Amino acid sequence: MSDKTLYGYTGLFDTPDEIINAANTVADKGYTRYDVNTPYPVHGMDKAMKLRPSKLGYAALAFGLSGLLSFFVLLYWMLVIDYPLVIGGKPFFAFPAFIPVLFEVLVLSASVATVITMITVYFKFPNISHPLHDTPYMKNVSVDKYGICIEAADEKFNESEVKSFLAELGAKDIAPVYFEEVDEEIKILEPKFIGLLVLVAVIVSGGTYFSLNKLMFMIPFNWMMQQEKIIAQDNKSLFADDFAMRQPVRGTIARGTMPYKYAGNPDAAGENLKNPLLPTVGNLELGKKKYNIYCSPCHGNYGEGDSRLKGQFPNPPSLHSDKARTWTDGRIYHAITEGQNVMPAYTSQLDPEERWAVIHYVRALQRSLNAKESDLE
Amino acid sequence: MTSSDYSQELSVIEGRPPLREIADIISRPLETKPDIKFYIAISITLTMTGIGAIALLLSFYYGTGLWGNNNPVGWGLPIVNFVFWVGIGHAGTLISAILFLLRQKWRNGIARFAEGMTIFAVMTAGLFPLIHVGRPWLAGYLMPYPNQHSLWVNFTSPLLWDVFAVSTYLTVSFIFWYVGLIPDFASLRDRTKNKIKKVIYSVTSLGWRHSNRHWQHYEMVYLVLAGFATPLVLSVHTIVSFDFAVSIVPGWHTTIFPPYFVAGAVFSGFAMVQNVLIFIRKIFNYEHIITVDTLEKMNKVLLLTGMMVGYGYSMEFFMAWYSGVQPEQFVFLNRAMGPYAWAYWIMISCNVIFPQLFWVRRFRRNIKFMFVVAVFVNVGMWFERFVIVVTSLSRDYLPSSWAYFTPTLTDMAILLGSFGFFFTFILLFTKTLPVVSIAEVKSVIEGSQPSHGDH
Repeated sequence: MSDKTLYGYTGLFDTPDEIINAANTVADKGYTRYDVNTPYPVHGMDKAMKLRPSKLGYAALAFGLSGLLSFFVLLYWMLVIDYPLVIGGKPFFAFPAFIPVLFEVLVLSASVATVITMITVYFKFPNISHPLHDTPYMKNVSVDKYGICIEAADEKFNESEVKSFLAELGAKDIAPVYFEEVDEEIKILEPKFIGLLVLVAVIVSGGTYFSLNKLMFMIPFNWMMQQEKIIAQDNKSLFADDFAMRQPVRGTIARGTMPYKYAGNPDAAGENLKNPLLPTVGNLELGKKKYNIYCSPCHGNYGEGDSRLKGQFPNPPSLHSDKARTWTDGRIYHAITEGQNVMPAYTSQLDPEERWAVIHYVRALQRSLNAKESDLE
Repeated sequence: MTSSDYSQELSVIEGRPPLREIADIISRPLETKPDIKFYIAISITLTMTGIGAIALLLSFYYGTGLWGNNNPVGWGLPIVNFVFWVGIGHAGTLISAILFLLRQKWRNGIARFAEGMTIFAVMTAGLFPLIHVGRPWLAGYLMPYPNQHSLWVNFTSPLLWDVFAVSTYLTVSFIFWYVGLIPDFASLRDRTKNKIKKVIYSVTSLGWRHSNRHWQHYEMVYLVLAGFATPLVLSVHTIVSFDFAVSIVPGWHTTIFPPYFVAGAVFSGFAMVQNVLIFIRKIFNYEHIITVDTLEKMNKVLLLTGMMVGYGYSMEFFMAWYSGVQPEQFVFLNRAMGPYAWAYWIMISCNVIFPQLFWVRRFRRNIKFMFVVAVFVNVGMWFERFVIVVTSLSRDYLPSSWAYFTPTLTDMAILLGSFGFFFTFILLFTKTLPVVSIAEVKSVIEGSQPSHGDH
C-alpha cells in the first residue's frame, strides 16, 4: 500500500445533535480542513462549522443583471437600429412590449448561471471523483448516519491525535481514508479516439448533405413546391367533372349581375327591352370604343361585314341590311347577349351598359349610310 | 410545541420511519424489475402515443386541412391543447418553488413528482404550437438569429413572448428538478450494485458527497431558484393569456385574463398531480410519505383556485355588462346560451360546482371521492380552454363569417396522443428516478433535525 496517500480520518455519529456538537468542537479546536457529511442538510450546521454565508446569491444577481442588460442592448439594436419596423403603430423602442421577453431572459440567465457556478466553482465539476467516494463511510452518510472527516492536509493534522480526538467525541467506525495518485496520461492519438472522430465527422457531414440536398426536395419538406392546384393547359383537375372553374352555388348570383330575363326568347326581348341610355356624346364615345374593340374584328369598322378576318372566318352579314336596321334595340341587345349563329355571346366582354352604348353607336353607323332628309336640318 | 417553531411542527411524514427505510422504499421501484401491470400500462400509453404520432404524420404530409380548424376558428384544438398542457405544468413549480418559499413542509413528499410532471406537461405543451404551424421543422425561425433576410423576430408579439416564456420555463423547471435530484443520485450511487447504473449515477450526481460545505451552497441555490421560479411560474401563464388578451377579439380582450389564467393553471395542475399521486402512493406503498393530510391540503388548494376561476367567470360577465360594449355582451351570452352552451356548462359544473364539495372535510379526505372530483376538474379545465378559444373566434364581429367548429378524428387522435406522450414519460419516470425526494423527505421526518439548534 505504498502508493496510497492518507486523505483523512472519518468518524460516524447516530443523531443530528451529536454531529452538531462534534462539528462545533472540531471547529473550536482550530481545524480548517474538515468536512461534515449528512444525508440531508442539518439545520444549524453552517453556524456549527463556522462557515460564512454562501456567496451564490451574488452570482445570481451578477449573472441575472448582465444577462438582462445585454439582452436589452441586443433588443434595442435589433429593433431600433438594425431593422426598424413599425409594428402595430408602436414606436420602434416599444419598451412595454419588451418587458416579457426581458423578464424571461433575466430568469433564464440568473438560474442557469447560478447553477453552473455552483457546479463548477464549488463542486469542481468536471472533476467528479473524490477519495471519500465508495468508502463504507460514504455508504453510511448517504443513508442515515452523520459523519465527520478531518483531512490529512490540515495544518494541525496528527494521525494519532485525530484518532483519539474523534473517539473522544463519541464517533463510531473511526477509519482512515486513502487515495491513489492518478498518474495516467491521456493519449489523444489513440485509434479508438480517432475512430470516434471519424465517425462523428461522417455522421455530421452525411446528415448535413442529406438534409440540404435530399430532404429539402422531399414532400412535405420541399417548401410547398408540389401543391394540389390546377395548372393551365394541364388536364389534371381536382374535381370529378375535370373542370377547374366551379359553377356558382345553386341559387346564388355573382355581385353586380342580374339574370337575363329573355334567355332563348329573342322576340320578347325585341318587344320589351328598351335602350335605357340616351345617345349622348359620352355614350357614343363609349359605344365606339367597345365596338372597335369587340365588334369590328368581324363586323368591320363601319359595320359592313368586311372584317379584318375576311376569309378566315364566315363573314357576318352587313349591319346595314334592312333586317338589321328594322330590328329594335332590344332585339340587337339580345343578339349581343346570347350570340347568334356563329357569333358567341358577349356577356363576359360587355356589361349591360356597354352593350346599350354599342347599340347606340351601331345606330349611328346605320344612319351614316342611310341618312334621311331630316338629318340635314 | 409552538407553531412558530418549524422544527417542532407536527411531522408531515406519518409515524417515524427510520431513515434507511425511507431510502429503501423510495429507491425500490428503481431496483426491482417492472411488473406485468407496468408493461400493460406502458403499452396502453405507447399505443395512445402511436395513434397521435400517426395522426401527426398524416397532418404534416397532407396538411392541416385534416383538422377541424376553419376560417374564423383558425386556432382550434392545437391551441386548446397547448394552453391545457401548459396549465397542467404549473402545479409542479408552484409546489416546489412557492410552497418552498412559504416553508410548507408537506410539499417535500410531492415536490419531486410534481416537478417531473411539470417538465413532461410543458414538453407536451411545447409540441402543440409546433404542430399548429403545420410545418414544425421551420420552427427555428422563431429564434432571433442573424439570417440572410437580415430580419429579426417580432419581439412585440405575444406569440414570441410565448416562445421565450415556455422555453425558459422548461429550462428552469428542468434545472430545478435536476438540482433536487443531485443528492438522490448520490444516494442511489452508494446503494447500487449494478456497474452500469453506478457509472450513470456517478456522473449524474456530479461527485456529490453529502458534504455540508456543499449543502450550504446547495440550499442557497435552491433558494435562488425558488425565488426566480416563483415569478416565472406566474409569468408563464400570464404570457399565455396575453396571446388572447392582447388581441381585440371580444371575449379575449380583458385585463382579468392573466390572473384568471394563472389561477386556472394552478387549479388544473393540482388536479392532475393529485390524480396521479393517488396511484403512485398506492402502487409504491408511499401512504405514510404522501399522507392523506397532504392530499387534503392539495384539495384545499383546489377549492381555493376553483373559486378564483369561478370568480373570473362571473367577473367576465359583469365586465361585459358594465362596460356596455355590445360585442362583449354578445360573446358572453353566446357562450352561455349559444351553440357552445354544452361546453360552457360542462366547464362551469366541473370547475365551479363540483370542487365546492371540498368544503366538507369527509369529502376532502376520501381518496376515491377526491379522485373523481379532480378528474372532473381536468375535464372542466380542458373545456375552459375550448370555450375561450373556440366560442370567441367562431362568432366575432362579422356575422357573415361565423362558423361552427367541429374537431375531426385527427384532432382527437392528436389529443389522445398527447395524453399518451405525457403518461409514457410519467411511467418511465416512476421506474428510472426517485419519484419522491429522498433527501428532502429525510429532512422533515420527526427527529431528523437537532432538537435544540437555534434557527
